[in-house]
Amino acid sequence: MTDGSEPAAAPLLEARGVKKYFGAITALNGVSFHIAPGEALGVVGDNGAGKSTLMKVLSGLYTPSEGELYFAGSPVKFHSPRDARKMGIEMVYQDFALAGNMPIYENIYLGREPGRKFAGLTIIDRDLARRMAAEHLDKLKIHVKSIDQNVEELSGGQRQAVAIARATAFDAKVVIMDEPTAALAIKEVGKVLDLIKSLKAHGVAVIVISHRMDDIFYCCDRVMALYQGANFADAPLKDTNRNEVIGWIMGTKGHTQSFAHDRVQH
Amino acid sequence: MLGNSPRLSSFLEHYGIVVIVVVMMALLYATRPDVFMSLANLTNIIKQNATLALLALGMFVVIVTAGIDLSVGSVMALGMMCLAVAAKAGVPWPIVVLIGPLVGITAGLVNGLGLTVLKLPHPFIMTLGTLNIARGLSSLITEGAPVSGLGREVRYLGQANYDFGIFPPPTGLPASLFVVIISAVGMWFFLNRTSMGRHIFAIGGNTHAARVSGINVDRVLVYVYAISGFFAGLGGLLLAGRTDSGFPLAGQNAELDAIAAVIIGGASFFGGRGTVLGVMAGVLIMGLMRNGLNLNNVSPFWQQILIGLVIIAAVYIDVLRRHAAVRR
Repeated sequence: MTDGSEPAAAPLLEARGVKKYFGAITALNGVSFHIAPGEALGVVGDNGAGKSTLMKVLSGLYTPSEGELYFAGSPVKFHSPRDARKMGIEMVYQDFALAGNMPIYENIYLGREPGRKFAGLTIIDRDLARRMAAEHLDKLKIHVKSIDQNVEELSGGQRQAVAIARATAFDAKVVIMDEPTAALAIKEVGKVLDLIKSLKAHGVAVIVISHRMDDIFYCCDRVMALYQGANFADAPLKDTNRNEVIGWIMGTKGHTQSFAHDRVQH
Repeated sequence: MLGNSPRLSSFLEHYGIVVIVVVMMALLYATRPDVFMSLANLTNIIKQNATLALLALGMFVVIVTAGIDLSVGSVMALGMMCLAVAAKAGVPWPIVVLIGPLVGITAGLVNGLGLTVLKLPHPFIMTLGTLNIARGLSSLITEGAPVSGLGREVRYLGQANYDFGIFPPPTGLPASLFVVIISAVGMWFFLNRTSMGRHIFAIGGNTHAARVSGINVDRVLVYVYAISGFFAGLGGLLLAGRTDSGFPLAGQNAELDAIAAVIIGGASFFGGRGTVLGVMAGVLIMGLMRNGLNLNNVSPFWQQILIGLVIIAAVYIDVLRRHAAVRR
């Protein structure tokens, strides 16, 4: 079961034997991971299982204590999110990580503003940035009142859409989403999940961390479970079911209907 | 709250502070028409507030990042003393005029590096340290004695007046006004049109967002404190020019005036909000208020009380406005 899923194509992003220590705490204890282009992978695990740490390693926020990362087959080392972004690895944070005091279009290009370089500064081409932002949002079928609106005026779903637009603005190859629906109103969840599907259709590898089985079974191809900082299980969704995946989260295998937490007891 | 017309409220949001300045000028004109609008008085207001304007511009950049620079008054004095001593020692004037800003930049770099390399928990602490250090150094240089007689070229920016052939001689447009205008326009361009300026706003709005967007937050912060130091040093040069001297106790509490001007001008103490226009208006409001109260023979004690009340009122108006505008 653990090796139950061979990747459909050569892996785009791969981690081998990644360990991460914080002082005496072992957050990741030899985790391996792979994802192919156009694949949507659900990552599950209980709090403290190491999901977020693994994603922060993949997105360059943390450097692994041990183990290697490979991108398109070659070993890579990320010293900051900037390095990972250069390779096309983007992260969408649970709290969106947007600057609320700034307009939508500036958030999309934050850190990568288009413009002319002059004496070490980039003089921003604001017309270009606004036009590119509008076209990009159109492509993703994201509708906002105006790209000049400050992000703090947006709803949770709109903020999530802006965060996704930012992640995909520059030819992203891998998009990591940390609990993409946790902060959303129920009516906004569907839109965000469809957005994930459309990224996948564009050949982007999408990693979705979620506690919500509905999200994972709606938009992913494969699910991978971490337990206490290590790989626990990994399977294509068609070969598993919700109850089994919930069992993995709790660290049990061979979970059947009879153990389901939501089963009515007689 | 600001009326029902969205256009009116948008206008007030952006330019309300300028309206307040105009109203203040009208009030001052009404109370002392003979004196207030005289060229001599207006020239004086500009000269007296030029250094405050520069300190406030530097403070503004720092406050946009949700930081604070308590050292600017002392750094201004240190820059002033260093350049005065150098001028007296016969250093050529083109070097002397650079000393003030360079001392300021150095002090700013120390602040920035203390914050980012030593990782002191809040800029309040680092700049409180450098406030004391710079003040001590200013006095140490001459054992507390003032230095005067700096030479015409060194004094130029702080003292020169352009009468353009239309103003009667003691009045005119002071060179310091042009220094302030160029600084303000440059600052506006930097903050609004360059990537680093926008990164400064992003850091103030959400440091985490800035960091994960690939912005080198520590590097930007070092630049920010260096900019603040630069303006403190430039302010020192202007003050030295205006007073033809360097004195170690110059600019005491000037950091608090600069903070007050920035806050009155509508910048948020929590970072990410504010405009250069607002800061300039904040400086003018402080300057006009002091001038008006002086002209009307109000005691300096009452002036201080009134400035305190204005700070509180200005921020309260801001709180009301944001409460109405922003959904949370």
